Amino acid sequence: MSTTIDRQWTTRLRKRVEGTLPPEKLLPDTQPAYVASWIYVFGVLTLVAMAEVIGTGVILAIFGPQWWHVSGVGHFINSMHLWGVEVFFFAMIVHLWGKFAMAAWRGGRTLTWITGAVTFLASILTAFTGYLSQTNFDSQWISTQAKDGINSTGGGAFFNVLNFGQMLMWHIVLMPIIAVALVAFHVILVRIKGVVPPIVENPEVGQ
Amino acid sequence: MSKRYNPDVDVPEYTGRYAPYDIIKEGTIALVVVLILVLGLSITFGSPDDKAITLQTWSKADPVDFATTAFSELDGSSAVAGYGAPYNTNGTSQHWGFIAPAKWLGVHIPINTATDFVVSPLESQPANPALSSALAQWKGATSATQSAWLTAYSNVSGKMSFSGDRVVVPSAKDGPVPVMITSLTQMARSGALDQALETSKGFYTTDFTKPLLFLSDGTYFASLAQKGHLLGTQWGMMNETDSYPGQAWLWLYTFWYQVSPFNTSASADFLVWGLMMILTAVLVLVPFIPGLRSIPRRIKLYRLIWREHYQDL
Amino acid sequence: MSLDWGLGALINLNHPGHYLHWHVIDVSVANLTVMVLMVVAFVAALVLPFPGRKHRKGDEK
Repeated sequence: MSTTIDRQWTTRLRKRVEGTLPPEKLLPDTQPAYVASWIYVFGVLTLVAMAEVIGTGVILAIFGPQWWHVSGVGHFINSMHLWGVEVFFFAMIVHLWGKFAMAAWRGGRTLTWITGAVTFLASILTAFTGYLSQTNFDSQWISTQAKDGINSTGGGAFFNVLNFGQMLMWHIVLMPIIAVALVAFHVILVRIKGVVPPIVENPEVGQ
Repeated sequence: MSKRYNPDVDVPEYTGRYAPYDIIKEGTIALVVVLILVLGLSITFGSPDDKAITLQTWSKADPVDFATTAFSELDGSSAVAGYGAPYNTNGTSQHWGFIAPAKWLGVHIPINTATDFVVSPLESQPANPALSSALAQWKGATSATQSAWLTAYSNVSGKMSFSGDRVVVPSAKDGPVPVMITSLTQMARSGALDQALETSKGFYTTDFTKPLLFLSDGTYFASLAQKGHLLGTQWGMMNETDSYPGQAWLWLYTFWYQVSPFNTSASADFLVWGLMMILTAVLVLVPFIPGLRSIPRRIKLYRLIWREHYQDL
Repeated sequence: MSLDWGLGALINLNHPGHYLHWHVIDVSVANLTVMVLMVVAFVAALVLPFPGRKHRKGDEK
């Protein structure tokens, strides 16, 4: 009986998840003593800035893409969305510098580095499609400029930056899904592998 | 150890101390701090919203530039008319040697500037005798006759002016062209051209490809952008309208456009994109690139980050 | 005055920006400010002491 249960896909998946990411690893209450620098806060700052951007984006989505031109409240939410993006990139880039300085890919953490770098790229594309979705002069100018770059790669054949509807969909549906999935994967990898230990030049000596 | 230890790749297992660290509390504090920061920035600075321009605002502000552009769409000398893929086959797409992905993918958003930007919008206008006969004359003519009219008009268009709601050029053997250009300019000034281009595919639309391409062919649009320091040659990609910070993270991408060979190449976009793709791959693959992955160990900033750890050893 | 609180920013940035030009470099004061602050934040994060590391002795696990 128990072997039948053990062979179930569901059971196997649960055991696998329990083994790779037990609750103590997902939500640890201690960290190695070397985790003691302000540089560590920039990862979490990036995360919460992203939450702020998603939150204000949801409000903008509720009222539609033109709302912020005609409503004072809407314009203020747009301001929070914009400054959230500035804070997000600020924190993310300092986080990137910090992780590079720590060579944080060591000890089997290459995928963590790669997902982080790819998230940076996905964020740039998300922000870009956001600029195109403002429905103002900025969007007009950026789209007519950007078309040449994207057309030159052949991407313009199916990614038309002059098509507002398409860009809005990318900005508020596709890119958020991609970005959130990447960030979730990145954070889970950090939790599975733990915070990278200090660089050890010579393991015999221990430093 | 089975393989040689590499300090840029490997770490010995950590056997040192652990200290309490409340990540949920840290996250909550971070959220509050970021919310206060963003609220403060939004209250202090707000955000820019320069109104979108239309073909109407353009043709009212600078009717001669509009009419000149309209003529360039009709005679096929505008940038979009000779763009190549994905809009048409009239130009050489950007390429590097034989690598020309835009050309390989072909025309996906077909634009014939004479038909789409001039003739079709004019045909959508309410019938008026002068315009109807001009259009009939244009469509009934051979392409050789049309070319002759266009050449005649282009010879006098340098002296173009706008007065009494009409585009005025010295008389020439240019057939229906003056009536067409004047009519299109009047149409634009009334706002009807915006409508005609936006709804050319039907009632519901979210696609502004045609009016944006038309707009981008004139000098008025770019002159507004130049005032806002938004041109590609002004590092404009990272700039925001007015005095706001922009996409500073695009600094490297926009940098290449300022220097040789990119600032003089007809395929600058393609070359810069290619280069940025390679550099992006380098960033993503840093952990695998010998030399590059040793930089953190060489610059020794990690000694500062983990100074307490190294002091304790 | 209407309660149009969204548009009434305390500091008005809705005017042409200031730009610094040095050889090929051409950067807006706004962007430069952001970039300088990033470097300042990075350096400060490395240099400033991180609090809460006093009672390590009893925290071993």
